Amino acid sequence: MADTLLSLRGLTKAYPGVVANDDVSFDIRAGEIHALLGENGAGKSTLVKMIYGLVKPDRGEMSLLGAPYAPSEPKAARALGVSMVFQHFSLFNALSVAENVALGMEKPPRVGDLARQIREVSEMYGLPLDPFRIVGTLSAGERQRVEIIRCLLQDRRLLIMDEPTSVLTPQEVEILFATLRKLSAEGTAILYISHKLEEIRALCDHATILRLGKKVATCTPAESTARQLGELMVGTSFAAPASRAQATGAVLLEVTALSLPAPDAFGTPLREIAFQVKAGEVLGLGGVAGNGQDELLAALSGERLAPAGSVTLKGRDVSRTGPMARRDAGLLSAPEERLGHAAAPAMSLVENGVLTAARREGLVSGGFVSWAKARSFAERVIREFDVRTPSPDTAAGALSGGNLQKFVIGREILQRPDVLVVNQPTWGVDAAAAAAIRQALLDLAAKGAAIIVISQDLDELMEISDRFGALNEGRLSRIRPVSGLDMEQIGLMMGGAHGMEVAQVA
Amino acid sequence: MDLSSINPALLIASIMISATPILLAALGEMVVEKAGVLNLGVEGMMITGAVVGFATAVSTGSPTLGFMAAALASAVLSLSFGLLTQVMLSNQVATGLGLTLVGLGLSSLIGKPYEGMKSPTLPKLDIPLLGDIPVLGRMLFSHDAMVYISLLLVLAVWAFLKYTRAGLILRAVGESHDAAHALGYKVVRIRLMAIFFGGACAGLGGAYLSLVRVPQWTEGMTSGAGWIALAIVVFASWRAGRVLIGAYLFGGVTVLQLNLQAAGARVPVEILSMSPYLITILVLVIISARGVHGAPASLGRPFHASS
Repeated sequence: MADTLLSLRGLTKAYPGVVANDDVSFDIRAGEIHALLGENGAGKSTLVKMIYGLVKPDRGEMSLLGAPYAPSEPKAARALGVSMVFQHFSLFNALSVAENVALGMEKPPRVGDLARQIREVSEMYGLPLDPFRIVGTLSAGERQRVEIIRCLLQDRRLLIMDEPTSVLTPQEVEILFATLRKLSAEGTAILYISHKLEEIRALCDHATILRLGKKVATCTPAESTARQLGELMVGTSFAAPASRAQATGAVLLEVTALSLPAPDAFGTPLREIAFQVKAGEVLGLGGVAGNGQDELLAALSGERLAPAGSVTLKGRDVSRTGPMARRDAGLLSAPEERLGHAAAPAMSLVENGVLTAARREGLVSGGFVSWAKARSFAERVIREFDVRTPSPDTAAGALSGGNLQKFVIGREILQRPDVLVVNQPTWGVDAAAAAAIRQALLDLAAKGAAIIVISQDLDELMEISDRFGALNEGRLSRIRPVSGLDMEQIGLMMGGAHGMEVAQVA
Repeated sequence: MDLSSINPALLIASIMISATPILLAALGEMVVEKAGVLNLGVEGMMITGAVVGFATAVSTGSPTLGFMAAALASAVLSLSFGLLTQVMLSNQVATGLGLTLVGLGLSSLIGKPYEGMKSPTLPKLDIPLLGDIPVLGRMLFSHDAMVYISLLLVLAVWAFLKYTRAGLILRAVGESHDAAHALGYKVVRIRLMAIFFGGACAGLGGAYLSLVRVPQWTEGMTSGAGWIALAIVVFASWRAGRVLIGAYLFGGVTVLQLNLQAAGARVPVEILSMSPYLITILVLVIISARGVHGAPASLGRPFHASS
């Protein structure tokens, strides 16, 4: 029996209206890879924030190597060897790799020494990185390396990793797993947060499963099936999307030689993108975040005008027309960022409905909004897509991510699009809602619409698309039928492991 | 037009004097913006510094005390902005504009009894050797201490931001306050310190106007210098060296056009008076058109440590 490194006893944390963690207890042993598994909103983030000193528990206690452990701030946690790799909000784009690493350390060495250490450690663990690159120019996988190296350069006992693989190609996931196994063999414990079951089965020694803030089980993932883990996590079973007969019709949207410069310093230029989508077909576009997804959606929706002749909708060139004209012509879209891009957070659902559906649903006459019609449209979206909201007058920003996503997607689907472009339709949405959204997209395709799904969730794309392509640095791979694709091929389409070739040459 | 009436040595010397108030204010505001805070109250803080510095110098007879009082008064005033925007989360743009209005009103109230008075001014430094160089000595090395302090401050701010850990943390806070918070840095405290520094610099700039450049108190005497300082920060792409260029350019054109007016140039006075603003903005736009702009990514965004 290995030593217990960190022990949690009865941790409880309540926020107004919701108990994020309710009496959670478990142990993490030295050198083990321990999974923390749960749906969005199950309380994983709050729990690790307590371990990392960002949030104080209301009740309960922790002990590290037998001594009471109650970090008042992340600095205190880091001093005791507990560090965390975040998924979001933790790097500074305009600063260099070395500066970013220095910010995460208590007593950073001089710049020259630090750069040398970064090189050494990054090569030792197979994570090549140039200390003087500006972080804003790195790929998502390379950014993660910056965070990992930041943790590796310090005294480390426990490394917390928050959904580390959601931004990686399958090859990069392999590299990461190798690094984590090596760390674990050297005695560093890893708390690994994820909702990807296969990953956890492949990597983790133990798993603690949270549901609605409570611990439901601690088990050994290698001895359970993914289905058992999934049921523990969700609590109920949910329907997988029904399969459907494939009957594709005429080409509705054709993109040829679409190239656009990057919109800003940290954006991605689009290079020679070309594809077709037919009626009744779902085209899945994968790729690691930041490889041109947002830019492609903007070019298709009309937010950015494309070069003449590059976007053809039902035989008509729409490349130089704006979003309104494209909506009128039947090309609808739902961008990734729910708050601020797809919906205006401070406006009600009724008002948000008017924002995109005004013309197609005839909610405006003579320049005046017909609020009665607008309200009944919003109510229809809420009813048909099971949006949980107190009323249609609730502000969009007050809805949970999953419910707002259902509203945003439902709002477009109910406008009967001929072509629908969605980016990350189920990002941050719980499993049941995600299944409902996928089913709605498939139903829409069955009615003869052409659908483009841009997503970073490969399982999702494999499940719903007919054909698959991957974006890599603004280029689109060859489009291939989904049946018969394996993970290896998909990984290569996504560009393999970013930066690895460069490292081998150097 | 009689160009011979313009003495080059005097011209350069007066350019340095004319640029110093704007340089000080712009440098302070640059640090504030590097920390991610947009304080539009520079004009109000400058004029508060101008009146407090003048009043203190007149009553104590010491211009040095005047400068110190000016820096303190403006810094305290800027802290009210800090408290409102950083702690109470009020809107930075509206609060900054309010600060300017408060400063203008407060200064005319305080300054009423001092109108028309004359203040003691800073002595010219008598730098041995350097000051004795013919022409150059008079041009560059016979100014008052504040001119050199402002130049040293440019160097200090540049080195602070580029080489020190505190400077790195300040830039990090301005770049992404969420990330800085996640790493455990005290975002609000760091920003309040930056705001305090910015206020003190603006106060020094204002006091330089009323104690050295003019030297007198008249209502509204900053006449937009604070706004020019704000513009210079943006067009200088948040770099200390370029702030120096911008401030000296503005000071230079201001003095030059005054000299041209005096020499009887056949250009309408209105165009000459307008020229410093036009030329400064034009040149800085051309400089910043090339290369990255480098605005701090969190500039002007409110930070609330809830998550």
